[in-house]
Amino acid sequence: MTSTPLAAPAARPRRSARGTKPLSRAAAILLLVLGGILTLLPFYFMFVFATHARQDIFSLPPPMWFGSNLEANYSSLLERTPFWRNLWNSLYLATLTTVTTLFFCTLGGYAFAMYSFKGKAALFNLLLATLLIPSTLNIVPFALIMQALGWIDTPRALWVPGMASAFGIFLMRQYIGTAIPVELVEAARIDGCSEFGIFRRIIAPLSAPALATLGLVTFVQSWNSFLGPLIIFRSADTYTAPLALRTLQGIANTDWGALMCGVALTVLPLLILFAIASRRLIDGLTSGAIKG
Amino acid sequence: MTATPSIPQQVSSGWDKFQRRYAPYIFISPFFLLFFAFSLFPILFNAYLSVHNWQPGSGLGDMKFVGLRNFSDNLTDPTFWQSLRNTAILAVESGVPQHLIALPLAFAIHMGLKRVQSLVTAVYFLPYITSVVAISVVFFTLFSWQYGALNAGLNALHNLPLIGGLFPAEKINWLGEVQYVQPAIAMVVVWRYVGWNVLLYLAGLQAIPSDIYEAASIDGATRAQQFRFITLPLLRPTIFLAVTLTLIGGFQLFEEPFVLTNGSGGTGQQGLTTIMYMFRTYNSYSDAGVAAAMSWLLFAVIGILSLINNRIFGRSGLAGKD
Repeated sequence: MTSTPLAAPAARPRRSARGTKPLSRAAAILLLVLGGILTLLPFYFMFVFATHARQDIFSLPPPMWFGSNLEANYSSLLERTPFWRNLWNSLYLATLTTVTTLFFCTLGGYAFAMYSFKGKAALFNLLLATLLIPSTLNIVPFALIMQALGWIDTPRALWVPGMASAFGIFLMRQYIGTAIPVELVEAARIDGCSEFGIFRRIIAPLSAPALATLGLVTFVQSWNSFLGPLIIFRSADTYTAPLALRTLQGIANTDWGALMCGVALTVLPLLILFAIASRRLIDGLTSGAIKG
Repeated sequence: MTATPSIPQQVSSGWDKFQRRYAPYIFISPFFLLFFAFSLFPILFNAYLSVHNWQPGSGLGDMKFVGLRNFSDNLTDPTFWQSLRNTAILAVESGVPQHLIALPLAFAIHMGLKRVQSLVTAVYFLPYITSVVAISVVFFTLFSWQYGALNAGLNALHNLPLIGGLFPAEKINWLGEVQYVQPAIAMVVVWRYVGWNVLLYLAGLQAIPSDIYEAASIDGATRAQQFRFITLPLLRPTIFLAVTLTLIGGFQLFEEPFVLTNGSGGTGQQGLTTIMYMFRTYNSYSDAGVAAAMSWLLFAVIGILSLINNRIFGRSGLAGKD
């Protein structure tokens, strides 16, 4: 808060650079605070409910503050589903998808950004054209292909196709093409560095910011994915965390306290990730729309 | 910004020549092998499936060419039409409020909260990065008829003086009564995507140079006039983009209704979206051909609506001067 000079006439309303009146500024703040509360409220209830027994969650008025049933909910959750196993499955799938996507999309993006080769334009346009058809529409052939390959109930049914991310290729091509000077690559080539050596020693390290963005986006999307795992995984031991939650909700006499505990455990890792890298995650998730 | 790998003039081994010449092909081949197998092939296979009759339980030999019968089966199936109607209603009920809420919020952030902008946008973006399944389970309890927090909140608001009349006196059976299932699902979708649209609109607002506003205010334009004649026209490309993305996403709605209706479609099948019905046709009715045809029909609907949207908001639409 800057103090206004004493000489300033008192009647004149304080104006910001864009000429906003204090009243409309207050209205804007009120609107944003209200919206923020409504946005955060479901998260708050999620954590509160995780500490209450089923009969307390469904009581009048609903609990507004943390209870003492967290441990009972937690052990009830583990009785109903191997939840740490489910979380591990999610972590395994998300990590493998992320690592392979980063490697192959950086490699491909580098080729598209720095080389000219026959068929480049055609391949790129093909990539763009298939993006017109949302992948959700292809779940039936996807399921049949996985059945034919015998990959049902195995994580590779999701991470192997997952690494061919068109978004990843676009992002890496864009970054490498604008942020890394061609001269650097040429200098390395003259010095006798092999083509893959250039990728490993120059392109990959200098792409670190874009790699972080693509990695975070891929990880979050894989962690949250539901339709793909719903088609592939068939048993409690192979379920990812969202699938396990859905199964707990689907059975009769759902233990809502235990379920809320599982919900909180599924959401918490992403909240922590978001707290650490929110800027990069937001930029990455919206970059396709805003810059595209 | 492309450089042809210059083959060194000095004597180089065969391997060196090879790796210089074919490096780009080697670099893109893992990606494109997977892309052909798991992105391109499924599209073609889906087209093939849509004109064949194939029950996944039986072997490959049981596939029979049936022409357009799978398409006509869908078009004469009242449940398909209902799912399409549900999807369209949900897209409107969730899409319109999303933008009507997001635009003023983005405007409010843009108006003078630069210092806390990253905190505010992070809070609004939070729903978008959380698992839909997890959060839909939370909403499922909040929507509970007798003991849900939403009804308790509405009841408290109803008992307020003055504005109390705006809120319902009776508890609403959100997920149990035909007319409330869709608004309840739409509420979750709105909650999840408002922040995403705020980010889009904020980027659009910040791209408008501030000297245009200064010039307008020197010419005596009021704030409302500035909004009407500067902000809205210059924001049109952003609005077009945001509406397009909402449209394409909205017609693929699956997870929110699936979890909120417990996979059933809900009371009166009001929550059954086309993707849900497609999943059911494949997964429960084991009719891959009909499900594939359904996906093409949905694709056609999305395509037609995108074209209409393009006519209205896109470059060819509205004023048409630019």
